[in-house]
Amino acid sequence: MTIGVVVFPGSNCDRDVRWALEGCLGLPTRFLWHEERDLGEIDAVVLPGGFSYGDYLRCGAIARFAPVLQAVREFAANGGPVLGICNGFQVLTEMGLLPGALTRNRDLHFLCQPVDLVVSNPCGPWLKAYGYGETITLPIAHGEGRYQLDAEHLDQLEQEGQVVLRYAHNPNGSVGDVAGLTNAQGNVLGLMPHPERACDPATGGIDGRRLLAAALG
Amino acid sequence: MPLFKARVLVSLRPSVLDPAGEATRAAAQRLGVDGVKRLRIGKAIEVDLEAPDRAEAQARLDLLGDRLLANPVIENWSVDLAEIAGGVEP
Repeated sequence: MTIGVVVFPGSNCDRDVRWALEGCLGLPTRFLWHEERDLGEIDAVVLPGGFSYGDYLRCGAIARFAPVLQAVREFAANGGPVLGICNGFQVLTEMGLLPGALTRNRDLHFLCQPVDLVVSNPCGPWLKAYGYGETITLPIAHGEGRYQLDAEHLDQLEQEGQVVLRYAHNPNGSVGDVAGLTNAQGNVLGLMPHPERACDPATGGIDGRRLLAAALG
Repeated sequence: MPLFKARVLVSLRPSVLDPAGEATRAAAQRLGVDGVKRLRIGKAIEVDLEAPDRAEAQARLDLLGDRLLANPVIENWSVDLAEIAGGVEP
């Protein structure tokens, strides 16, 4: 069993994700270079944080055309678990695997701090180890994390239970306090906070462990 | 093959908050320029494009605008298109 970690030029949390999965949780990983077309035998995919392709044009806009993402798209369509963290979340919205877009933080600041999050719907492969309404603490580190979607579509996501993680105290102006959401099937999760930075007790809390550990079912 | 010059203008949809535009508007006031009621920041993208005819050039630019240069979830875009006679810049 192996978890694939996609590496774009400009990714900078790929090694953190590997450390969290292998070093903290004992789960084997394999880096998937952005030009790969065949994922091989993997059980889950993580799109890590960073600045893929320099985030030129818009965050995640160029990454969307990476060959490896064609394979990830098929993997997701077949029900494979896909997790996008921070820049990975931005890439998932640009790909159209998740609705909406991530825009400049309301107050323009790059925010790097722990935040309290409410698990509003612990469904799907990623959040099943958390309780309904449980509050967890994960770090955020982003300048463009303000989730944006028109009211009608946001309402639809709420009805379908796809808004799975909310900020307890909205730091960036995201509509609906959205910190993370899934696709309709639930196998694709995107979130701005960094669960991989909350796995090693040496760096603070470990609320991210259950999320990443869920990757292998 | 005719050469076309295009400028694609990308702007945030009116409903989307533009904090960078707001900060710039505040700076305009500090500069002493009065009366700036609204300031929104977008992008202007210049494209030189070879295409068999104007309709084909327009079609390719529309695809570029919709699928790459703008994200229609948060942005509007428009294209200004001009043909350069003989494919040589004046």
